[in-house]
Amino acid sequence: MKFIVAIFLHAFLAFAVGLYSQFPWWLFVGTSGIVAFFIMDSPAKSFFAGFLGVGALWAGLATGKDLANAHLLSSKVAQILPLGGSYIALIILTGFVGGLLGGFAALTGAFIRSKSTK
Amino acid sequence: MRIVPFIISAALTTGLVAVLNTPLSVGKTKTPRLGYFLSPQQGFWQNAEPENKSFDANIVVDGLQDKVEVLMDERLVPHIYANNDNDAYYTQGFLHAKFRLWQMEFQTYVAAGRLSEIVGPDRIATDRFFRRLGMLEGAEATMKKMANNPALQAAVTSYANGVNAYIKSLQPSQIPFEYKLLDYKPEAWTPIKTYLFLMFMSYDLTGRGTTTDLQMTNSKNYFGYEDFNKLYTNVQDSLDPIIPKGTVYEKASVAALAPATLDSLYFAKTGSVAPNGPEAPNKNNGSNNWAIAGSKTKSGKPILASDPHLGLNLPSLWYEVQITTPTHSTYGASFPGSPAVIIGFNDSIAWGVTNAGRDVLDYYDIKFKDSTMGEYWFNGAWQKSVIKEEIIKVKGQADSIDRVAVTALGPVMYDKSYNANGSDGKYLAVRWTAQDGSSGLQTFYELNRAKNFDDYMSAINHWTCPGQNFAFASVSGDIAIKQQGAFVARWNRQGDFIMPGQDSSYLWQGMIPASENPMMKNPERGFVSSANQMSTDSTYPYYLGAANAFPLYRGIIINKKLNAMFGVTPQDVQALQTNNDNIFAEMARPALFKFLNETRLNAEEKKYVDYLRNWNLRNDVNEKGASVFKAIWDSLEVAVWSDEFKNASLPLQWPDESTLLEQMLKDSVILFEDNVTTSNVKETMFDAVTAAIKKAMPQLAQMEKDGTLAWGAYKDTRVNHLLKIPSLSRLHLPIGGGVHIINATSANHGPSWRMVVHLVNGIEAYGVYPGGQNGNPGSKYYDTFIDSWAAGKYYRLLFLSKEAAKQNSQMKWRLTFTNS
Repeated sequence: MKFIVAIFLHAFLAFAVGLYSQFPWWLFVGTSGIVAFFIMDSPAKSFFAGFLGVGALWAGLATGKDLANAHLLSSKVAQILPLGGSYIALIILTGFVGGLLGGFAALTGAFIRSKSTK
Repeated sequence: MRIVPFIISAALTTGLVAVLNTPLSVGKTKTPRLGYFLSPQQGFWQNAEPENKSFDANIVVDGLQDKVEVLMDERLVPHIYANNDNDAYYTQGFLHAKFRLWQMEFQTYVAAGRLSEIVGPDRIATDRFFRRLGMLEGAEATMKKMANNPALQAAVTSYANGVNAYIKSLQPSQIPFEYKLLDYKPEAWTPIKTYLFLMFMSYDLTGRGTTTDLQMTNSKNYFGYEDFNKLYTNVQDSLDPIIPKGTVYEKASVAALAPATLDSLYFAKTGSVAPNGPEAPNKNNGSNNWAIAGSKTKSGKPILASDPHLGLNLPSLWYEVQITTPTHSTYGASFPGSPAVIIGFNDSIAWGVTNAGRDVLDYYDIKFKDSTMGEYWFNGAWQKSVIKEEIIKVKGQADSIDRVAVTALGPVMYDKSYNANGSDGKYLAVRWTAQDGSSGLQTFYELNRAKNFDDYMSAINHWTCPGQNFAFASVSGDIAIKQQGAFVARWNRQGDFIMPGQDSSYLWQGMIPASENPMMKNPERGFVSSANQMSTDSTYPYYLGAANAFPLYRGIIINKKLNAMFGVTPQDVQALQTNNDNIFAEMARPALFKFLNETRLNAEEKKYVDYLRNWNLRNDVNEKGASVFKAIWDSLEVAVWSDEFKNASLPLQWPDESTLLEQMLKDSVILFEDNVTTSNVKETMFDAVTAAIKKAMPQLAQMEKDGTLAWGAYKDTRVNHLLKIPSLSRLHLPIGGGVHIINATSANHGPSWRMVVHLVNGIEAYGVYPGGQNGNPGSKYYDTFIDSWAAGKYYRLLFLSKEAAKQNSQMKWRLTFTNS
């Protein structure tokens, strides 16, 4: 349950701070750290909650934009980046990049609270 | 707290953010900041415009006098209805920015020599070139001239306010795609940027001399003036000038006297210089325009056609707009970056422009006292120069500082710090009419409002640079054309080469009065036309400039066709504008066969010669003969010229196609037909033609095997994104035409706006350009018109009163602008 709540909070807070585009795009690193700090869980679980929360948010938002746009821009960007023109690869990459940062941010937050297992 | 894992994890997170927030080098290019770029709330995903996006909006801004209503049609063309002119231009600025902000800013960065600021050190040489040329000084001079014209100044200011109102309303997440890709942000728009953009157009249309004057000098030095004058002849036998041959001209009122030292200091072999600037503006930057009188049209009303030939880019140079205010109602193609309509029509008149191609840029060889360039020798004394310091900001590097010496003969372009191999250490100052600024925008401002021939004449007489041929037609039945610009009164060959700059004898002696520029109204033949050819025959009392600046063939075929047309309809004019007949090949094919001895060819070679023989002389998409002709002609030029040119150490321009062709058509001795690399054989034109066919053969056979021999595939037309990114460009377009053809579409150059206006009451107009109204590559309106353009199709342009527009089913969206 805690895990599910954490995922949701990671996604929700990352979305909320992302609405303010005058701030840096990576502001969610802070919110994900805070979420992991307050929702105590093992470092591994915290990492995955952050990864899944932010990753799903980024991939989901990208998918929404992409569907409404009929893959027009994503197909072009996926040739610039270069991903062979695959919009699916671009969405996966987007989710992965967001997820990775969310995960590490959460891991960092978790380590502040977690006790040594020794 | 687990200190060590925490520190490691925190460091990893920070490092990851840093890496994802930094542009990384991949080869010569930089990636965007990947995390930012991919961020769906800030990065490029925000530019993915929904397919069914509604453009309806109630926009609240500062600085309007009254409410403005804009109806946007299904092609995303705005129809602006404002209660005063300044509000209309404010709205035009806002809409240009809304749909084309990145492009309009990028173009002014190029013009101002600020490209390094956004793309990095690779472009420092380009930036130095534009700064040395005096682009900014020209724009500033233009701005000063505007102070005498409060109405126009207000228009430019209102336009800038509109652009800035949009920039101010822009959320950081909504900035155009290219800013995100290159990682910079829009800055405020100012009137000087409008003038910088117009300077860039001047450069694009008159700046070839920055390169060709050097190449011509090199050719003269290499061949000697006598041979030069044959190779780069100013005689064009087949010329059909804009003003018909036989027209009688008044005597020149401004005399241009050739200096006494001409033979020893100018035509003699002098020092050479290799050009070092950006790629010269395309030789084919030209255009077609014509106006047909009612006597030749079906309706009895004139028809005007205009298609400017420029580099084909996305986002397009052009943006369609209708501007309607109590003072005027005008429709046409506008420049994002400038107020008003540039090529278009109103309810009374229509106008179109082609490039005059006259030489308005010269180099002077300056003698400085020493390499500090503080003093230069002029008219028998040392004169002080002004040193201006150019600070060029460079992305990811320290500023680059350039010292430019400014003399009375112009700013120094080439010196010890800015030159290329083989420049002999010369100091070359560049003098260009555009450096003086221009009130050219006033011409368009007045044309937008012109009611008749007199208004047209008084509008275009303001025009200075770039010299243009203004075609005109009115609902009241007049047609006219005038070549207008500030043209230097030159002695023969003045400025074709670098000129001595140590005294005033080689300076410009005066400008030709506007009243003596070539002009024609309501001619007997029932049409006027221009296609960048020489404007007059040699009886015109002023030197027009080197003939190789003037394309010859489009003018011939346009006049031939127009002469033969009667009962003309707008559809006939569209067909003419997209016509693929190759008049050059029509003249050159018999010349080739005249020198062809087929017994010297094998069966394979004969097969391709048959393609050429059986070709219908049209450069349509599927014609193989067109490709065969082009390949053989190109290799004939190589066979004839390359042996003489290959020992030149500096870049030379090859002679024009017409030079070779006109010699082949005459039964005279052909220059350089002997291959100088063979000592014991005397080659003739027969040998050259045979060699050309044999040389072209492997390429032709390969293309036939690959299925790319058809003309469309051979030519391979594309519309490049301004950053030349393939996935943002449109490649391999199925379109015919080419150089010397009315449909002047070459690989990445051609008709950038096709317009046909039938001057009936209420106006019936058609147009198309190879692009789309929305500059966002993530919009479906980014390249909407390209397929129609390639297919030679036109859109009926909706030119409607506000009431009619509101009833029109093709109007899809409504934007209102109100003051806060």
